[in-house]
Amino acid sequence: MNGDQAMREMGKNLPVPTFDGTAWASAPRLRDATVAIVTSAAIHRAHDDRFSAGDTGYRMIPSDAHDLVMGHWSPNFDHTGFQIDLNVVFPIDRLHELAADKVIGRVAPRHYSFAGNQPDDVSAIRLDSGPAVAAELKRDGVDVVLLTPV
Amino acid sequence: MSVLAHVIEAAGISTVVLASMRPVVEKMRPPRSLYCEFPLGRPLGIPGDAEFQHRVLTEAFSLLDTTADHGPIIRDFDEVVESDEQPVECALPPRFDPNLPACVDEARGLRNAYDRAVAKRRHTDVGRAVDADTVPEVLAAFHRIASGDDWTTVAIPGKNTVAVMHDVRAYYEEAALELVGTAGARSLEAWFFEATEAGKTTLAARQAIKDGGGPFPFWFYMAPGHR
Repeated sequence: MNGDQAMREMGKNLPVPTFDGTAWASAPRLRDATVAIVTSAAIHRAHDDRFSAGDTGYRMIPSDAHDLVMGHWSPNFDHTGFQIDLNVVFPIDRLHELAADKVIGRVAPRHYSFAGNQPDDVSAIRLDSGPAVAAELKRDGVDVVLLTPV
Repeated sequence: MSVLAHVIEAAGISTVVLASMRPVVEKMRPPRSLYCEFPLGRPLGIPGDAEFQHRVLTEAFSLLDTTADHGPIIRDFDEVVESDEQPVECALPPRFDPNLPACVDEARGLRNAYDRAVAKRRHTDVGRAVDADTVPEVLAAFHRIASGDDWTTVAIPGKNTVAVMHDVRAYYEEAALELVGTAGARSLEAWFFEATEAGKTTLAARQAIKDGGGPFPFWFYMAPGHR
């Protein structure tokens, strides 16, 4: 079994929080939408505070920042794709291309990064840092969020 | 990721998850997911392939353009990208100072390639616990542990083995990418643990710490779980 198969096998039995329902927000037409990226890759700007182990906070990434490093603590996934091309985790150049082609309305000015390795109940993200980021996204007029894991 | 989808969607913003583990989104039921069977760590599939990345984004955003008024919606991307577990073909430096442990000699020999990589990228993933200058000292400590010294008596620079290993692997992988240009997912992981002296020494030290009664997180996360 290779590394990804081992992780996906583990993922089948991963304890996950459950939700009573699935929230639903209708999107405007994509060509009118402001789009942001939220990632759980724990990437951050090189000069930002690094993610600590079990960090439940987030880092903001401006739309024009390319000085990004990988702050995730897990050794169980490939980090080199991000080193080769950050768009494979954080497709910011692709979003700018879609905006230039008028496929999307505009790229949000600010994007957000969390660390995916969280305590099993993820209560801090659910009740604290997640809603805080949602409020920031609303402030920037974001209509659509693309979520990228690692 | 799925938790954030629920939270952000509840605030009135539409979300699409690029899911990497299908059973997780099946259980957590975020509003919209595109399941992409890609190497973990590469949610857009292929680095340096803008056309492929745009295909993924087009498919993901198409989940927004439906008449559906409730979720969850889970769709599968129609192409699988697999990791490459064969060690990348990357030259290693020749032995320079036979008085040093091989892993220390090797790390020093890769320094020029690492420096060129940093100059090109203008930043580095090294630096969580130690800097590039300290990487050979970390490996010297691991060499002592692997050679039989009691791990509790060996001072490991940076102290936290998980954070230290992040830096050691980043140092090696950034140097190797400078030498080989690009690499499939996990092929540099395979190279590090199977081809380099540093990787072999790390695994031996990890085993020695485990055998010496070290706490599970202290040794286990020094390497991927399947190793």
